[in-house]
Amino acid sequence: MNTTTKSRTAEQLLSLRGITKRFGAVRALSGVDLDVYAGEVVAIVGDNGAGKSTLVKILAGVHPQDGGTISFGGVPTSIPSPTDSRDLGIATVYQDLSLCDNLDVVSNLWLGRELRKGGALDEVEMEQRSWTLLRELSARIPSVRIPVASLSGGQRQTVAIARSLIGEPSVVILDEPTAALGVAQTAEVLNLIERLRERGLGVILISHNIADVQAVADRIVVLRLGRNNGDFRVADVTSEMIIAAITGASDNSVSRRAALQEESDS
Amino acid sequence: MTDAPVKLDQQDERVVRYTGVRGAARDFVQRVRGGDLGSLPVILGLVVIWAVFQILNPNFLSSTNLVNLTMQSAAVGTISIGIVLVLLLGEIDLSVGSVSGLSSAILAVGFVQLGFPLPLVLLASLVAGVLAGLAFGFLRTLFGVPSFVITLGGLLGILGLQLFVLGKTKSINIPFDSIIVQFGQQWFLPAWSSYTLVAIAVLVFAWNSLALSRRREAAGLSALPVSIIAIRSGGLLVFLGVATWYLNLSRGVGAPFALFLLLVVIMHFFLTRTRWGRSVFAVGGNVEAARRAGIRVNRVYISVFVLCSLFAALGGLMAAARAASANSSSGGGDTNLNAIAAAVIGGTSLFGGRGSAFSAVLGIVVIMSINSGLALLFLESYVQYIVTGAVLLLAVVIDSLSRRSRAAAGRA
Repeated sequence: MNTTTKSRTAEQLLSLRGITKRFGAVRALSGVDLDVYAGEVVAIVGDNGAGKSTLVKILAGVHPQDGGTISFGGVPTSIPSPTDSRDLGIATVYQDLSLCDNLDVVSNLWLGRELRKGGALDEVEMEQRSWTLLRELSARIPSVRIPVASLSGGQRQTVAIARSLIGEPSVVILDEPTAALGVAQTAEVLNLIERLRERGLGVILISHNIADVQAVADRIVVLRLGRNNGDFRVADVTSEMIIAAITGASDNSVSRRAALQEESDS
Repeated sequence: MTDAPVKLDQQDERVVRYTGVRGAARDFVQRVRGGDLGSLPVILGLVVIWAVFQILNPNFLSSTNLVNLTMQSAAVGTISIGIVLVLLLGEIDLSVGSVSGLSSAILAVGFVQLGFPLPLVLLASLVAGVLAGLAFGFLRTLFGVPSFVITLGGLLGILGLQLFVLGKTKSINIPFDSIIVQFGQQWFLPAWSSYTLVAIAVLVFAWNSLALSRRREAAGLSALPVSIIAIRSGGLLVFLGVATWYLNLSRGVGAPFALFLLLVVIMHFFLTRTRWGRSVFAVGGNVEAARRAGIRVNRVYISVFVLCSLFAALGGLMAAARAASANSSSGGGDTNLNAIAAAVIGGTSLFGGRGSAFSAVLGIVVIMSINSGLALLFLESYVQYIVTGAVLLLAVVIDSLSRRSRAAAGRA
């Protein structure tokens, strides 16, 4: 059960220990642990209010944590701002994609990191490298010189994920990447996630969709009410077990009735 | 053709390829149908306006009148470049008229009444513009007040400053023999130098296009064939050459108008070929995305407001130079609205993130054509306001409609 005792060839990229975060009287996270290894997809699942988004925001540098330690590549570190997160090598793909609809694919991919040649933008180099990157990801974008607004949801998600790779990160965080997508587009994005793993990146996947998570993740970390409530290897787990961990099935009306039944039986 | 490797950007079978000159023409038709109108509505509108006025008054398209038209366009057109920048951010600046009036007043008072050297006075006027822009930029970014309100306050406050600078003298004449008035009224490019400038512009355009085409070819991307570059360069040469020749039939290309065009070309370069320009478009398209991409959004806002007020101050100097005077109504009246209307009529979207520096030229030529045409018909000024207002509304409607059809055709 204990994943850390398993022999691992991959290096540990990110390690969180005892992370706590309060918003006023609400304790959003209390003592959450999380490990991410290179070439591994870790899914974080949980019900609404479980603390998934808060955890992501701490890693992305949106909020600093109140307590606990973050180490990156074995070195203790802090992430006070989004820039620090990016400089560490953490790329975050937000749920609302953060693309500029009026700009074309190349401009969006390189936004904020544009290549220059003699002071002016080097459009040719950027376009060529964009194509190379999209080919490596087997992404199906028909043209990189059309505004992003004209792309489908899956293609937009592909652009958003591809953009996170421009800065050559070691950890990519995907916040609900398949939430608004159809069946074919979801499959496309899941393939893309597998390709990120093949590139040796550590991928943190936030999702509500158990089927997607089981299809692509190596490990599933369940959060419930701001605490760790299970850390499973996908191979050893059924969706019922995951859902039980998410909903806290050991402590619900059904299980309570069952428990009462047993008591009265005995 | 079958042996040539497929270009990197044309490997997807869904991409329709158009090749050759006819292909380029078909591509153009497709784009227009998809709502990517670009400058087409303005150019068509300009043709209609010119045709109508020419029929009503055969002097309208005379070289003399067109030279006047360019001279009238320079000052407000320069102000309009700044408006294009703020519109690209999805913001607005209503204070440009007042800022231009203030800079006119500083020029007249400093140069004529106080007798300071001209360069110093010009610098002071421009610095006043920069300070106004800094104030707007900081108010916008620190407090998040809508720029509409900030610059409305600026309109009144700076008008007050202008009246304060002018003091008791309501109107100050600038001597006709001063360099600034000579520049504003009398300086025209000699014929040979105007043709030289046209040749340089066309050569730079052709050389740039060829260099880009070669680099794209080398990078395995699709490139424009030499034939199309030649046609485009030739078209540009004919257009600029004929326009210059026609203006040269009378007084020629005025120095202020040449300065205006130069500023437009420079801003076009900065908007399309630099990181700063890209970030202006990004902020105008999606502020949050720009911020997350690491763009320092506040700096973009402040830089644009500063540039806008700087262009307004420069426009004010050009207006004072042309009028050879500054008074309490300099920069008042329709200066503000003409500058804003020019940017919108020229094709810069009010919704942010879409437009071009060249819309300042197209828009101001449309507005000044209407002014000049109606003046030639001896119509009263109320007609002018009504017609300009109607054209502005038409431009905004076209903007909204093309936005809609762009969404339908997937061109956003």
